[in-house]
Amino acid sequence: MMVYVLRRLAQTALVLAVTSLLVFVGIFMIGDPVEMLVNPQADQIERDRARAALGLDRPMWAQYGLFVRNALSGDLGNSFVYGRPAIDVILERMPATLELAVLAMVIAILAGIPLGLYAGLKPESLGAKAIMAGSIVGFSLPTFWVGLLLIMLFAVQLGWLPSTGRGPTIDLLGLKVSILTWEGMRHALLPAVNLALFKLSLIIRLTRAQVRENVLLDYMRFARAKGLSRNRVLGVHLLKNIMIPLVTVIGLELGSVIAFAIVTESIFAWPGMGKLVIDSIFQLDRPVVVAYLMITVTMFIFINLVVDVLYSVLDPRVRIDAARV
Amino acid sequence: MGTPAERIAPVAPDAAPVPPVETPWRRFASQFASSKLALAGLALLVAVLLLAVMAPWIAPQNPYDLGKLDLMDARLPPGSDAMAGDLHYRLGTDGQGRDMVSAILYGLRVSLTVGVASGVIALCLGGSLGILAAYLGGRFEQVLMRVVDIQLGFPAILVALVLIATLGKGVDKVIVALVTVQWAYYARTARSAALVERGKEYMEAARGLGLAPSRIVLHHLLPNALPPLIVVGTVQVAHAIALEATLSFLGLGLPTTEPSLGLLIANGYEYLLSGKYWISVYPGVALLVTILAINLVGDQLRDVLNPRLSR
Repeated sequence: MMVYVLRRLAQTALVLAVTSLLVFVGIFMIGDPVEMLVNPQADQIERDRARAALGLDRPMWAQYGLFVRNALSGDLGNSFVYGRPAIDVILERMPATLELAVLAMVIAILAGIPLGLYAGLKPESLGAKAIMAGSIVGFSLPTFWVGLLLIMLFAVQLGWLPSTGRGPTIDLLGLKVSILTWEGMRHALLPAVNLALFKLSLIIRLTRAQVRENVLLDYMRFARAKGLSRNRVLGVHLLKNIMIPLVTVIGLELGSVIAFAIVTESIFAWPGMGKLVIDSIFQLDRPVVVAYLMITVTMFIFINLVVDVLYSVLDPRVRIDAARV
Repeated sequence: MGTPAERIAPVAPDAAPVPPVETPWRRFASQFASSKLALAGLALLVAVLLLAVMAPWIAPQNPYDLGKLDLMDARLPPGSDAMAGDLHYRLGTDGQGRDMVSAILYGLRVSLTVGVASGVIALCLGGSLGILAAYLGGRFEQVLMRVVDIQLGFPAILVALVLIATLGKGVDKVIVALVTVQWAYYARTARSAALVERGKEYMEAARGLGLAPSRIVLHHLLPNALPPLIVVGTVQVAHAIALEATLSFLGLGLPTTEPSLGLLIANGYEYLLSGKYWISVYPGVALLVTILAINLVGDQLRDVLNPRLSR
């Protein structure tokens, strides 16, 4: 187990190095941030001064070398636009994104598992067919398009919920949180539902498939034959067994929710790191884009690792084989 | 089990030839048609493809020809007539006075072209790498599958975003990004399908006959490993179209000169809050119908082609 985790960590470092090189070299090739930041009337001398101040006058490999050295000490460079450390700019936007992602995941799980259970236990009922048809539509709808529909219906037509921004925030252990206030919750609801919809369809389909496979197995028949109550058979025996693949998928999807928040945040003007990275790409704010990608990639690898380890804890049949890494 | 002589005994010569009632193709077609929903999806898909292919002939207007556009006609609601000329705007016009029907038909063309092109390239690339991995095994297989695992650990939108942020915008770059996102799915599917097939008797027979490895892979392995790849392919093309629309919507996809459906939706977004819904909504409906049709067909294909569910 230790060996496995250590190997995975080494692999993490390799992936991070490759990603950083790819992103750095790639971002180096597009556009010239100086052109966008300096006053258009500025002369060549002023431009060169700005270039030197940003460290852009040095050769690419030197910039990358410096970047890696600084990155290892936790410094991902200063944002060209904000003039502050890029990592700070991102980290202060992170709570907003995480808040949205967690809320979306909670909605998807709380609605998805019961609906999936129902669809799996009564596959021929009309309700189950409606749920499954709905999940196909949920899969087919691109996130940004659902976001537009939600805005059109609930913000423009009905005027029930706000469509932009985060609303007031309150401090919770130094983090700014908005879902704890009524107004903040109102702001978070549309983007969270938007983000949740795709995951909801996924969880419904997965739960249903698991239930349909499991109800036919011997342990379920045995539990029923023992005379256990229906609630106990479903709530304990069945749920425990279908949780294993669900935990994997939910864990992995938490990461993808954070990535997809880029789209939702852009539509609902939610001030999270997803909106920040899109703005930064347009403004050619290289350090922020690179820092965002490095932070997200690290987060992802970490999530994948935790899910793999959790998997083996939940299911004793899965033994992590260190030799196979 | 009989005696060897019995086992190799030829079929009685007087047996009447069996009429070709059930060919594999017919069996496939009848199984596919067993779901009305899938048939509806197929009909929808064919209609969408026809509309996209025929766009230059059936569109009332060439939406790319800026000289034909009249700013006087901008943002007309559905069912309006042109201020000058005899055009009738069935679905209204956009901010530049472009007929939405024409814009959608041409947009559909762009979206489908990008989606299908990237899907086919990714299928060829990922498919051959996967089959090669299964056939060669060893170090190549290990490294390739590790790369696939790592890449699939990241969500498509993030990978695409990294590539677009680094490569820049443009049709070719979007296709590169979409291929990069998709190839890993094909590689994984092709490898597992090929691994299953490799152990079967017909493969052993082919090897026993001393056929060239290239012939074994192309004529024996490939056709049998194809069904799961086709299933993954339909789902992936739908994903690619949605992803391209998302990127274009974010302003990171295709250039504005030849707008895809995603870009049309993005263009209409600014008018949405003021109630001019048609500029955004109708391209969105076209996108949705396209993706839904592909997914319905894909769902049924998976059920029909899945050997575990075969009746």
